Amino acid sequence: MDFVAELALFVLAIFLGVELITKVPPTLHTPLMSGSNAISGITLVGALIAAGSDAGTLINVLGFIAVVLATINVIGGFMVTNRMLAMFKRK
Amino acid sequence: MHIAQSWIDIAYLIAACLFVVGIKGMTKPKTAVRGNMLAAIGMGVAAVITLLNKHIVSYEVIIAGLVVGGTIGAVMAKKVQMTSMPQMIALLNGFGGGASFAVASAEFFRGGAGDVVSIIATGAAVLIGAVTLTGSLVAFAKLQELIDGKPMGFPGMKLVNAILFIGSLVAIGYLVVHPGVESVFWALAIAACILGLFLVLPIGGADMPVVIALLNSYSGVAASAAGFVMGNSALIITGSLVGASGLILTSIMCKAMNRSLTNVLFGVMAEAG
Repeated sequence: MDFVAELALFVLAIFLGVELITKVPPTLHTPLMSGSNAISGITLVGALIAAGSDAGTLINVLGFIAVVLATINVIGGFMVTNRMLAMFKRK
Repeated sequence: MHIAQSWIDIAYLIAACLFVVGIKGMTKPKTAVRGNMLAAIGMGVAAVITLLNKHIVSYEVIIAGLVVGGTIGAVMAKKVQMTSMPQMIALLNGFGGGASFAVASAEFFRGGAGDVVSIIATGAAVLIGAVTLTGSLVAFAKLQELIDGKPMGFPGMKLVNAILFIGSLVAIGYLVVHPGVESVFWALAIAACILGLFLVLPIGGADMPVVIALLNSYSGVAASAAGFVMGNSALIITGSLVGASGLILTSIMCKAMNRSLTNVLFGVMAEAG
């Protein structure tokens, strides 16, 4: 992908992100923060590519660390958000 | 098995749509659970399709990382007390920032980042990722009462932070002119880690939720920067999406707590310094 196309995606996604969050009831602040934290674990995609590139020991180690950390963020993040939201439902 | 990049990019687009609908859903009580599910499905789509990327030639490290990370993440999420949620999110967010930091470092040492854009993006991912990592760990330690929750600082802390930040930018600039100088890269990484510590230490425990929300926004920006390094649309779109929506959520939370963001970030610092 060329840089200008990447930049376009970047800028448009920022505007989308700003428009997406409007009125959020205070009880949902923490779960929403938790959910979007899980989504920021998208860096897992980069981690997988780095870990699978097999470009030497140092890269493998860094790739392994990246995959572990990103997976904790993703799995932990979505599960924790789900637990929080399930608690609100029961009320 | 490998497939053409365009199919992978289409899957990333689907994942991005699921994230958008998911975040939107999470802003309303009725649709919040479904929103979280849709976002999780989006993440699954993005992760699985990435495994078919032609740059992935070996799966041992990936599988080991997924098993270790998945187990730790699941156990943490099951065991954590409901009252400890803010620090749990801080910790998870720190890991996300750390992951972007590690991805950018791997790209640097692979020598993949050659052109100016990639080098600046690598520097940005390292700087923001490392600040997110250490800043979130401090937020976690304060809320978990591993360290004192009161604002901590020393005279001239603001000046030190300014020097660390400007020094990091200079280091990135140096790497643009002289790509691949490892000592400068390490200096940047260490300065960014210290900056993360010093930015959050002077903030009191009561303001931590706002700080965590802000750091969450940072981790999105770090992921986006990593996306520019790798030329990966999923990272660019989703990272900037979370970065922007996280910033708006931060300001909404500030308003709800009757605090101004500038006050949270710099007000207490003045008292401590």
